[in-house]
Amino acid sequence: MGTQTLSKDPFNIIITGVGGQGNVLASRVLANMLVHRGYDVTIGETFGASQRGGSVMSHIRVSARGAWSPQIPKGKADMVVSLEPVEAIRVMKDYGNEEVRILVNDRPIYPVGVIAGELNYPARDEIEGALKDLSKHVWFIDATEEAIRLGNPILGNVIMIGAACGLGILPVGRAEFAEVMKGSLAADKLEINLTAFDLGAAKLAATA
Amino acid sequence: MSKLIDPREGVRVLLMGNEAIVRGALEAGVNVAAGYPGTPSSEIVQNLADVAGERNLYVEWSVNEKVAMEVAAAASFAKLRSLCAMKQNGVNVASDFLLHLTAAGTRGGMVLVACDDPGALSSVNEGESRHFARMVEVPLLEPGDFQEAKDMTKWAFELSEEIRNLVVLRSVTRMSHASGNVTLGRLSDAQPKAEFKYDGFILDPLEGPVVSAPVPYKHTLQQEKLKRVREIFEGSPFNTYAGPEKPDLLVVTSSACTLYSREAIHVLGVKDRVGLLKLGTTWPLPPELLKRHLASTDRVLIVEEVIPFLEENVKILAAETALEIGAKTFFGKNDGTLPSIGELNPDLVAAAIAKILGIDHVAMPPDYEKKATLMSFAKAPNRELTFCPGCPHRASFWAIHHALLMDNRLGFVCGDIGCYSMAALPCGFSTLKTLHAMGSGAGVASGFGQLHRFGMEQPAMTVCGDSTFFASVMPALVNAIHHRADLTVVVLDNSGTAMTGFQPHPGLKVNAMGGDVPALDIARICAAMGAKVEVRDPFQLEEARGTLIGLLEEKGVKVLIMRQMCALSPEKRAKKKYEVQVDEALCLGETCGCNRLCTRVFRCPGLVWDKERKKARVDEVLCAGCGVCALICPAEAIRKEEVA
Repeated sequence: MGTQTLSKDPFNIIITGVGGQGNVLASRVLANMLVHRGYDVTIGETFGASQRGGSVMSHIRVSARGAWSPQIPKGKADMVVSLEPVEAIRVMKDYGNEEVRILVNDRPIYPVGVIAGELNYPARDEIEGALKDLSKHVWFIDATEEAIRLGNPILGNVIMIGAACGLGILPVGRAEFAEVMKGSLAADKLEINLTAFDLGAAKLAATA
Repeated sequence: MSKLIDPREGVRVLLMGNEAIVRGALEAGVNVAAGYPGTPSSEIVQNLADVAGERNLYVEWSVNEKVAMEVAAAASFAKLRSLCAMKQNGVNVASDFLLHLTAAGTRGGMVLVACDDPGALSSVNEGESRHFARMVEVPLLEPGDFQEAKDMTKWAFELSEEIRNLVVLRSVTRMSHASGNVTLGRLSDAQPKAEFKYDGFILDPLEGPVVSAPVPYKHTLQQEKLKRVREIFEGSPFNTYAGPEKPDLLVVTSSACTLYSREAIHVLGVKDRVGLLKLGTTWPLPPELLKRHLASTDRVLIVEEVIPFLEENVKILAAETALEIGAKTFFGKNDGTLPSIGELNPDLVAAAIAKILGIDHVAMPPDYEKKATLMSFAKAPNRELTFCPGCPHRASFWAIHHALLMDNRLGFVCGDIGCYSMAALPCGFSTLKTLHAMGSGAGVASGFGQLHRFGMEQPAMTVCGDSTFFASVMPALVNAIHHRADLTVVVLDNSGTAMTGFQPHPGLKVNAMGGDVPALDIARICAAMGAKVEVRDPFQLEEARGTLIGLLEEKGVKVLIMRQMCALSPEKRAKKKYEVQVDEALCLGETCGCNRLCTRVFRCPGLVWDKERKKARVDEVLCAGCGVCALICPAEAIRKEEVA
């Protein structure tokens, strides 16, 4: 599924979501897959207080030419993997452009302001319309729902990584994923993670 | 096996800046490490603790930063290599010892890793630790990428031994918490024996007593060491230059700003016009190196975070050597070319360079930017910070908030540092009314507790976490009791240093390395000091509130320990105590008269408001199963059932 080289150097990926969703871990997995293929990867992220229910973001810079800034310059994202729908919109303000590939897990996590009725959370078609207005390449994935069906909602992140690889523009795929996960998971957990990865990849392979 | 003790030299691995620092320390053969948790520094001591067994280290989470530095210093005095790590304001805590330590000198290599947080991403300040290096006259190193974070840490121990004094290595959030490729070097196999020699000649730095007196002699010696450092820094490979021989503009930078500056020059495509002098040794500055580069141009931009430390030092040097290097125009923080607060990024640096060179630079097409900005404001509702689902603090502040309301004397809470600092926000019902440093809540409340003699009738309260209690609340509590202050202290005991990742503290039976240690009992300590002490479970809302109302009415110092483990603790995480559901037939929604207490006031993210059905609902993915919301619903529509 992967390409042989980077389509752009540096290639800039943003993984975004809400604190507690596993954003940091997802970015580590994808970054390690790329390191496995010999790339220089810089990840920029913040954690600490910002993870308690706030918006979180990891910037992954992939290059064959050394370390880049841990913060992507304005308007220069090449791929956005959003673990939560409106977080994808939020990211566009600073890093968007018409060519960026946007992958969205369609399960909302409502801000407390929305729960309290002080703010409005847009409907699914509104979110889709906004994103399609900002980029030509937008995909929605029911990752959390699929993950619940697989038995654990946290697998949604693996489904999203699978989907990102399924797009076919990253120089990594299932083999690198398996290699990275082997190093950090018990054997009995590897299989379900591979299933989730394949599920995500298949969702995009059909459309990409 | 941790990748941090991978024995393969030359292998390239992805390391977080803090992990690279750890690897550098292991390659240098560090023996002892100590620190107090604080973002963005915590992973350093944590990772060293994780490999303590394999590498024969002693690693501890000390009670606070000052003690951490003292523990690390003892190892240095006994000829071992030692490291202490802390966040920027931790250096303030340790600074009294720091002054005397650096005046007296060290023996085995000793490194202080200070992690600053420009932009206050995980702090309530953007304080700077760099000034301490200048103030206490010791060398300062700042890594500019991940490889350097490792290599520089290793070298810092050698430098420390060469000058027999402490070396400060300063990192920032975007270095400590960013990750990049690092080529591993050789792990040290040194096995030094600890021995403290003290009976040599009184002025002997290696065998005499370790003291900062006689001050004139020791201070002179310290300054001579710094002169030697300046010479060493002249040839340091951590200072590099990239760019033309005679640049139109010279950018002088250090730390993560190196990466921003390099990217800015790349984005603008000006590498033939702009030179980048990247300094790894930022105090004392190597004068010859600086003079050489300053002489090559007449425009200089200094890029750093946060206050103009490097800028001032470069300017002093330029003034002293003006006849040799000629007049310069300086750009940076002082003239407003770069913002004087917050963290920088490639765009801010690019904008600064573009402005100086008169280049028209547009980072994003204006139409797109306008559209994306409008879309973001209209369709991406703000996410205010909040306590996690199942967080005991939400329950504790619910009790505190309601107790203060029922007490009806406009009482207030002096806040402290931890996740519970967020109780200044709606998630904690805006209960905190002052917020300063670690332990300051108790100190400030101790002061308020004396003001009744001036007619103040409001009761003073304070909160602190269990780790903070040991770190810095105890002296303030002693003060309050001894001086008969009227004060209610609530200890939010969630069994760990939760905010920074569950580091152990003196109240727990386990230490950083996983060993058995005696736990100190907060309740017994407070009772021994002479406070009235109660212990409650904050999840028993009514009982906790009732106790608090009673305590507020009493004179003297009263301590209520709210004991309930953090929802994210390894013991609790992903284990629901209750299955919680809303009984739709009983939830009356907007017609109930409760003002949607659960979703509008209690505001747990695990509870959502179903707009279509006009009922509250539990999000089964987010709900942690604490069951507290079942206690607040007046219609008893929220049902909890114990999970078997």
